[in-house]
Amino acid sequence: MIEKTYAGTAVACTDEGYLQELAQWNKSIGTEIAKEESIDMTPKHWEVISYLQDQNKKGTALTIRSIGKSGVVSIKEFYELFPEGPLKKASRIAGIPKPVSCI
Amino acid sequence: MTTNHKVKKMMLILSKATLDNVYACFILANGARMEGIESEIFFTFFGLEAIQKEKLKHLHVATVGNPAMHMPTMLGGLPGMEAVATKMMKSKIEKLDIPPVDEFLEILTASGTKIWACKLAMDMFDIKESDLIEDLDGVLTVGDFYARASGEGTHVIFI
Repeated sequence: MIEKTYAGTAVACTDEGYLQELAQWNKSIGTEIAKEESIDMTPKHWEVISYLQDQNKKGTALTIRSIGKSGVVSIKEFYELFPEGPLKKASRIAGIPKPVSCI
Repeated sequence: MTTNHKVKKMMLILSKATLDNVYACFILANGARMEGIESEIFFTFFGLEAIQKEKLKHLHVATVGNPAMHMPTMLGGLPGMEAVATKMMKSKIEKLDIPPVDEFLEILTASGTKIWACKLAMDMFDIKESDLIEDLDGVLTVGDFYARASGEGTHVIFI
């Protein structure tokens, strides 16, 4: 575990840079993590992020398939919003754990 | 000079149409995209069944000649045995939230995986491009396929 500072707040992260506690997350932290991933956040990005957080709170394991069926974003859009590894990048920005699914 | 061993592109060749092989191929292709790795699938020989509109929903698990089924070959050959094994595998797959073949192909193309059909195998089996899924990216020769595999960090896998 490592401690990182985003937007002036110290947060606990895993070695791969995922937040340990979603409770420590806020939008400014999310924006700074997104910058590290070279992503400029738009309202559509945030819509996806809050969907991921809701699913995480419900204890649902996320897959690309489930995101495609969410009604929030299509799979194609998801890849366009978060290029090169969308589920991992979006989870990191959302402050939820690294996805473990292979699909 | 430092060598970068990062995987950048996966070129998968699918030559079989049994469900286990098709899923192995699709999961590898999709998993690559999820990691930000490019992926392309070259469907050849029996693998072409997985992109034929009329056939892709009816793929089976092989119960004969498959020692991992742990079933005597003679039993595996009994009528209905393949259907039972296929049904069992499909229900397991659904429980793991793995999509059926047709939906999986849609996910792959939406994710940016390229879908290619082998020209020679199409000629051999008298398959027309109109028999194949709409999302097909094209028909390639082996040479075309290798040309697409020329970049650094590209790996070719035969299934």
